[in-house]
Amino acid sequence: MNEAHFAHSMGFPFEYIFIFLFIGLIVIYVWAGLSTSARKHLKTWPLYRYVLWILGVFSAAAAVVGPLAARAHSDFAVHMVGHLLLGMLAPLLFVLAAPMTLLLRTVSVAAARRISKLLRSWPVRIVHHPIVASFLNIGGLWVLYTTNLYEAMGENFLLHVLVHLHVFLAGYVFTASMIYIDPIAHRFSFIFRSIAFIFALAGHQILSKYIYAYPPNGVARTEAEAGGMIMYYGGDAIDLMIIFILCYQWFRETRPRSSIAVNQSG
Amino acid sequence: MKGSADQTDRISFSRRNILSGFLFGLGMIAFLDEAVFHQLLNWHHFYDKSTTNVGLISDGLFHAFSWFATIGGLFLFADLRRRHAVRLTRWWGGVLLGSGSFQLYDGIIQHKIMRIHQIRYVENVLMYDIIWNLIAIVLIIAGTIVLFTLSAKERRRD
Repeated sequence: MNEAHFAHSMGFPFEYIFIFLFIGLIVIYVWAGLSTSARKHLKTWPLYRYVLWILGVFSAAAAVVGPLAARAHSDFAVHMVGHLLLGMLAPLLFVLAAPMTLLLRTVSVAAARRISKLLRSWPVRIVHHPIVASFLNIGGLWVLYTTNLYEAMGENFLLHVLVHLHVFLAGYVFTASMIYIDPIAHRFSFIFRSIAFIFALAGHQILSKYIYAYPPNGVARTEAEAGGMIMYYGGDAIDLMIIFILCYQWFRETRPRSSIAVNQSG
Repeated sequence: MKGSADQTDRISFSRRNILSGFLFGLGMIAFLDEAVFHQLLNWHHFYDKSTTNVGLISDGLFHAFSWFATIGGLFLFADLRRRHAVRLTRWWGGVLLGSGSFQLYDGIIQHKIMRIHQIRYVENVLMYDIIWNLIAIVLIIAGTIVLFTLSAKERRRD
């Protein structure tokens, strides 16, 4: 409906800004990994982390620039594919690439202390609480698809950028609050995180069937049905990976220590 | 001291075998339901208009839980294996009990009371409902028999 207006405001400068941003994210990460690996007292930064980071950047980029992003404005089902890439897959890949750990080993000791102090501060801790993070993530999606926000987003460029930024950041914080890869100030038990995760996943699945039944304002029924099913099964696929990693971390952390090992260390 | 520690270990491992089997059985039957009846046969609907809002919530919660249960149950099994504490018969008893419970809950609460969807959209759905729930009851009874005979055997051994 507002296609022409949108394409205009979304014109060249913005596309280029995003492309530079994504290239910058890759360059900085790779540089930090390589330069810290060269230091004698540090371990080599693992290759798979570079791969995960670069895949994460591509996944986020596909949702923001390029043909998929362009079609997402007119087709809700395509929009939903973009949502899965930006709000679920990219955050998971970024979390697995351990950017905070890399940052802490790149900067000076004094700066690393300041950063970890910031990470321990109460606002970060509240946002990082599994339940708060779930509400920011899933609750945000409920607001987006059950109010006029989705329709309004198609007409206002700034709103469009803010919503996408929120979807990505909330997805990142949510994933990081469930599976611990980077250092965490306040850790919650596996049981607590599992229960919080089940409710968050349920909220996501309920919303996808709700969208199927009650299309968001401005979305055709057939597109809402396709979008709802993409959200449901795509969400399942990515959540399967998060559940697997969460269980695997539990499996490693609770491994039995043989009595011989205990005797030797004690 | 040593003896009583072994005893508590054994009881907690025996419970864990059942729990692991139960969770896996529940998740597996939910997965089969999704794969066979939703995707392959198209008997079940993704959403049908009679679904209540409560049904939608229950469906989402149960789906999320069963998704977690499949993987969690298998990791619990792997944990028992590395502790050399797998009791396969007990585990299978748990599987039967878990899958039967899910099937019965699905067949009575989710299909009939919350009307999430029907087994099949045909004239004579009653036959399908009866067979569905009978299978569930048979699974539950089989699981109960397996677990009870096992505990009876162990009591005799002690």
